[in-house]
Amino acid sequence: MLDVKALSKSFQGLQAVDNVTMKVAEGSIVSLIGPNGAGKTTCFALITGFHAPTSGTVHFDATDITNMKPHRIATRGMVRTFQIVQPFAGQTVRENIAVGAHLKIAGRRDALNKAQEIAAKVGLGAMLDQDAGDLTVAGRKRLEVARALATDPKLLLLDEVMAGLNPSEIRDIIPVIKLLRDEGVTIFLIEHVMQAVMSLSDHTFVLNQGKLIAEGAPAKVARDPQVIEAYLGKGMAKRMADQGAGSDA
Amino acid sequence: MRQLIILLAIFALIALTPLWLTSEFWLNAVLLTVYAALLGQAWNILAGFGGQFSFGHALFFGTGAYCVAVLQIQFGVNPWIGFVLGGLLGALVALAMGFLTFRYGLRGSYFALVTLAFAEVFRILSNSVSFTGAGEGILIPLDRQASQMQFTQLSSYFWLICAITLACFLTVWWLQNGRLGARMMAVRDNEEAAAAIGVNAMSVKLQAIALSGFFSGLAGVFYAQKFLYLDPSIAFGPAVSVESLLVAIVGGIGTLFGPLLGAAVLHIFAELVRHVIGDEPGLSMAVYGSILVIMVLFAPRGIAGIGRSVRSVLKGTGDAGR
Repeated sequence: MLDVKALSKSFQGLQAVDNVTMKVAEGSIVSLIGPNGAGKTTCFALITGFHAPTSGTVHFDATDITNMKPHRIATRGMVRTFQIVQPFAGQTVRENIAVGAHLKIAGRRDALNKAQEIAAKVGLGAMLDQDAGDLTVAGRKRLEVARALATDPKLLLLDEVMAGLNPSEIRDIIPVIKLLRDEGVTIFLIEHVMQAVMSLSDHTFVLNQGKLIAEGAPAKVARDPQVIEAYLGKGMAKRMADQGAGSDA
Repeated sequence: MRQLIILLAIFALIALTPLWLTSEFWLNAVLLTVYAALLGQAWNILAGFGGQFSFGHALFFGTGAYCVAVLQIQFGVNPWIGFVLGGLLGALVALAMGFLTFRYGLRGSYFALVTLAFAEVFRILSNSVSFTGAGEGILIPLDRQASQMQFTQLSSYFWLICAITLACFLTVWWLQNGRLGARMMAVRDNEEAAAAIGVNAMSVKLQAIALSGFFSGLAGVFYAQKFLYLDPSIAFGPAVSVESLLVAIVGGIGTLFGPLLGAAVLHIFAELVRHVIGDEPGLSMAVYGSILVIMVLFAPRGIAGIGRSVRSVLKGTGDAGR
């Protein structure tokens, strides 16, 4: 469904994304992980048209969408959320979500009804008439998801929707994401919360310093020595393997 | 729906004014208040809903005013046709300026400065070419017939401006309750987030500026037909730009009734000042400036939002603004 080929982006000499090739199959939950500054969010920005890639192509539903404007890409059914939440402060939760619903629904009343429906789905049902600026961090993250979801996307790109949430809030949001997939929305997510990555994703890509260093099933990727070194430092993979062998004995 | 009923009721009451108010002086004062509400509401469409603060709405106003005057005098076009064309030309000029400025992502004070510059360019141009009457200005010959959009009765002018202003207010009501308005407010509050969920910010901003320019252009046409005289500084000078934004800011940006409240308060205030201090030139501007400073400091949501401003001060959150 999403096909990223040899995508690169450099910001004045800094190679933020370097020759990244990824595929997301329809109906799956795919995650993109990596240490801070690995280029994950930049990848999302390139895919959704917020930045123009230096080279490489992005195909969505077999159409070339490289260099297409963000709103056109959203209209085609690929919608992203922001890591740094961006509510329309001063408007209510209902109004915020309705903006997303308006992508496919012209009538105000229908859009507001749809907003209500979506809010219930992501657990914002009780806050519909609250000012979006007054929401807690967890609430704002849900609002990001709700707004994107209201556009009826085929592919949803979630950028760290669980960062800043406490463990019980994370436990609450995981079933929401699973439910979305069961309803036919393909999901591509950036995540630091490993509990979520492990329990949710069918396939994982690991990015480090702009390069793809591993991919595969999450359990397999987590044992990959290169991935362990990227997160924990050089030599850690070997020490862990030694320790593991020691404790087994 | 409730707002629509209140809006129609208020305009019905205003429209009844000539039936009981016999003093021409006071009827004229109410007329100018309604006219100021039109200027403010036109500005409010772009700033309050589209989030783009213009400091040069005289550009659209002057375009409309000169359009009807020049078409009448140079080409003998009936002013009623000029009325429609004046609005459309206002919208067209607005679109052109919007396209040039939004394309480069100008926002905030940069956008405000460019609008001011555009208005000044038009002022200087209209001062230098002959078909606008240059610096001498342009005089529309007196011909008091309804078919020439000139009326013998002040009440006719009054009802005309009421109708135009009502149209503008209804447009804003429609924006508040429709898809385009929702998109405008989304772009106003966060352009990037709006784009991510499929809002074409460029197109939305252009629609906002075109609507705004249209109604400012109509206000210009009304001015020309009411006072029958124009010169470059009346049409494109900063006075109209300032009045437009002041009325909306004092009344409450981004609200339906704000510009009406702002116009009423400012005009009552201006009359009071005139009574107390007399008609010193420039004094009204000084007073207007002080009001603006006070409003922005203490009640950034305007009169319409004064309750909320007071509440947030009492709560001590300190963010009286958006």
